[in-house]
Amino acid sequence: MEKRTYDRNEGLTRNRFIAISVLAVVAIYLVAPLPHPEWLSSLLFWRPEGMRTLDFQLGLDLRGGIQVLLVADLEPGQELVPGAMGTARKIIENRVNALGLTEPVVQIQGTDRIVVEIPGVDNPAQAVATIRETSLLEFVEPPSGVSSQSLVAGNVVRTTYAMTDTTLITSSESVTQTPLFTTILAGGDLERAYATRNSTTSEPVVAINFTKAGTRTFADYTATHVGKVLCMVLDKEILSCPRISTSIPDGRAVIKGNYTMQSAVQLALQLQYGALPVPLRIESYESIGPSLGSISVEKSIRAGAVGLAVVFIFMLLYYRFNGLAADLALALYVVLNLLVYKLIPVTLTLPGIAGFLLSVGMAVDANILVFERMKEELRRGATLNRAAESGFSRAWTSVRDSNIATLLTCVILYMFGSAFAASLVKGFAITLALGTLINLFTAIVVTRTLIRMVFGVLETWLQDRPWLLGLGRGND
Amino acid sequence: MTNFVQRRKLFLTITGILILLSLAALVASAVLFQGQALRISTDFAGGTMFVLHFVKPALESDIRGVFADHDQTGAIVQQLGAVEDNTWQVRTRFTDADEVEQILEDLDATVGTIDRRLSNWSIVEPTVGAQVAKQAALAVSVASAVVLTFIWYSFRRVPNPIRYGVVTIVAMLVNVVISLGFYALMGILHGWEADALFLTALLTVIGFSVQDLIVVFDRIRENIPRHRSESFEMIVNRSVAETVVRSLATQLNAMFVMVAILLFGGATIKPFIAVMLIGMVSETYTSLCVAVPLLVVWEEHSHLPRRATA
Repeated sequence: MEKRTYDRNEGLTRNRFIAISVLAVVAIYLVAPLPHPEWLSSLLFWRPEGMRTLDFQLGLDLRGGIQVLLVADLEPGQELVPGAMGTARKIIENRVNALGLTEPVVQIQGTDRIVVEIPGVDNPAQAVATIRETSLLEFVEPPSGVSSQSLVAGNVVRTTYAMTDTTLITSSESVTQTPLFTTILAGGDLERAYATRNSTTSEPVVAINFTKAGTRTFADYTATHVGKVLCMVLDKEILSCPRISTSIPDGRAVIKGNYTMQSAVQLALQLQYGALPVPLRIESYESIGPSLGSISVEKSIRAGAVGLAVVFIFMLLYYRFNGLAADLALALYVVLNLLVYKLIPVTLTLPGIAGFLLSVGMAVDANILVFERMKEELRRGATLNRAAESGFSRAWTSVRDSNIATLLTCVILYMFGSAFAASLVKGFAITLALGTLINLFTAIVVTRTLIRMVFGVLETWLQDRPWLLGLGRGND
Repeated sequence: MTNFVQRRKLFLTITGILILLSLAALVASAVLFQGQALRISTDFAGGTMFVLHFVKPALESDIRGVFADHDQTGAIVQQLGAVEDNTWQVRTRFTDADEVEQILEDLDATVGTIDRRLSNWSIVEPTVGAQVAKQAALAVSVASAVVLTFIWYSFRRVPNPIRYGVVTIVAMLVNVVISLGFYALMGILHGWEADALFLTALLTVIGFSVQDLIVVFDRIRENIPRHRSESFEMIVNRSVAETVVRSLATQLNAMFVMVAILLFGGATIKPFIAVMLIGMVSETYTSLCVAVPLLVVWEEHSHLPRRATA
C-alpha cells in the first residue's frame, strides 16, 4: 500500500522539493545580516509604521535599560475609576517620550499595573524620576519662528521647566532639533482647578486660579504680551494655544478643549492634586547596564554555535545518510525560526535564546523517532521505500503527542509569565512554542521530501549499503 | 532484553536513595538559611539586589560600611566571578528607587567608581514576592493537572487509561523532588537562588516529563493488539526495549545543547540551564525505571484479588 502511495506522490514530492528550496533561499536572504531594500521592510504591514524593520528585537537583558513596574496605590475601600489606568499610561508615555530615548514601552499589565521599559538608558536615576513626576501643567511661550501648525493640541513639546541637567537631552539628536518652549508658570503656581461650563457656549471647561505669586507673574506677562500666543501644556503635551487678547490681572484662566464634563472633572482633579488620575507606587524596578547585554549576546551566539555543531555532527555520524537529510532540515529549521523572530517580531531575551537552542535539541527528536522506526522496518526486511514511508506514518502519533505536550507546557509558562510581568519567562515560552510548531514542518514535511527525493533515485544503490543508513552489520 | 520489571526492587531502592538525598539537601538548606528550603531570590522574597562592577578593586568592608550607613546592616555582600572582575553582589532589604541612587553615589564616593554600564540592580516589593510565589504554586498544579488529563485522553482506548496518567504524575513528582534537591544543594554550595527562571525550568521539566513516557506508552498501545498472547509485562518490556535507543538519542541531543550553554553561555542563565539538564536526566531515568515498572506492578496487583474495573 505504501509503495503505491509513493508512486502517486512522485510528482508532488518534486513540487514540494522546489517549494522548500525557494522558501529556504528567501529565508536565508531575509535572515542574513545584509542591507535589505526599504520596500521589503515596508511590506510588514502588521507592524505599526516606524517599526517596520528587518532587525532582531533585543530585550532589556540583551541591550541594557530599565524596567519599572508601577501599581495603583489605592486607599482601602477606594476603587479604580474606569479609564484612570489608561489616562495614567498615556501621561507616563508622554513623559518617557520626552526623554527622547529609543523605543520606550509603556503598557498596562493586568488591571492595576503599568510596566515601563526603557532600553539603552544611560541615566536610570533621571528616567525613574521622570516616571514618578506628578502631572505637570505649564504655561509656556512658544519659541520664535515656530509654525502655528505645530501648536495644535496633542503635540508633545520640550520646555525649560526644571531644566538643570541637559546631558540626557543632548544625547539624542531628534530631541535637540525640536524647539524649546519657555516655561512662564507651572503647576506650583496653581491654587485651584475645577470643572465648569462656559457661560455662553455651556461647553465643559477647566477653570484655574493662580496663587498670589502666580497671579502677579501671569498679570505682568499677559500685560506685556498682548496679541502673542501662550500655550498650556500638560505633561509636555499641548492642551491649547490661545492668543492673549488682554492682560489678565485676577489670576484666573480657562482651559478649553473638546472636553466632556467627565473628562473636564478628571483633568481638574489631575491639576488640583498635581497627580496622575490614580496614585502609583513603584513595585519593582530593575536596571541593567548596557555593556552587560552585549556581553550576553556574544556568549549566547558562541554557546549556540557550539551546541548546534555537536548536534549536527551527532546526527550525521549516527544516522549517516538520513542524518544528512535531518541536518539539512535542521538548518532550515534554524533559519525559519530566526526569520519568524524578525517578522513577528519576537523580542529576544537570554532565556528566549536558551529556549530556542533547547528547541533545536528537541527538534531532532521527531527525526530520531522516524529514523529508529525506519531501522526497525529495514531489519524486518522491508524495502527502503516501504521502510521510509512506514517510518514516517507510524512515528507520527508519538511525534504529535509529544509536541502537543510541549505546546501545553508553553501555554502554562506563558500564562504564568503574564501574571506578573516576567517577560523573561514569556520569552522562553514563546521561542519554545514557535520552535515546536516550525519543527513539525521541517522534521516531517522537509525531511520526508528530501528522503523521498533521494530514495527515488538511489534506492537500489542504498539498499546494498545499509551502513549508510546507520545500520550495523548484524549486531544492531 | 532487559527486564525493567524484574529489576524493580533495585530501581525503587535507587529512586528512594535519590529522594532521600534530595530531601536531605532541602532540610540542610532550611537549617542553614533560616527555614528556606531553597534560597529565595528577591523575585520572590522581595528586597533589593545589586550587582556592581567597580572600576578598581574594592574592599568588602568598605562596601559593607556604605550599606550600614543606609541602615542596611544585614546586607549580604559576595564577590562574583574572578577577583579581577571587581564585581560584587549585594542583597539588602527593600529600598525605594531614590535610595538606590543615593547608595550608588555613596559607593562611588567611598568605595570607588562603579561602572554602571557593567552593573545592574533590581528592587522588588515584598508583596510582589508573595504574589509570585502563589502564582508559581498555581502554575505547577495546573501543569500537573493538564499533563494528567492529556495522557488520560490520549490513551483513552487503552485498558485503564487513568493508570498511565497516574504513573506519569508519580514520575514527574520524583523529577520535581530531585530537581529541587539539586537546586538546594547548589544553593548551599554556590549560593544559587530560586527565582522566576528557576520556576520556568521546573515547569519545563514537568512538561518534558511526559516526552519519553508518551513514546513508550504509544508503543504499548500499538503492541497490545499485536501480541495478544503475551502478558502485559512482556508487552511493556518489548515496548521499552524498542524505544529506549530513541529516548537516549533524543536526550543526548538536548544535552549537547545544554552543556554548550553551560560552558559558553552567560553566567546569569547557568542555574536555569543546569536545573533543566538535571531534570532531563532524571526524566529519562524515572520514565524507564519508575513509571514503567509501576505500571506493570499496578496491572499485576489488580489481577490478584479480582479483575479491576477500568
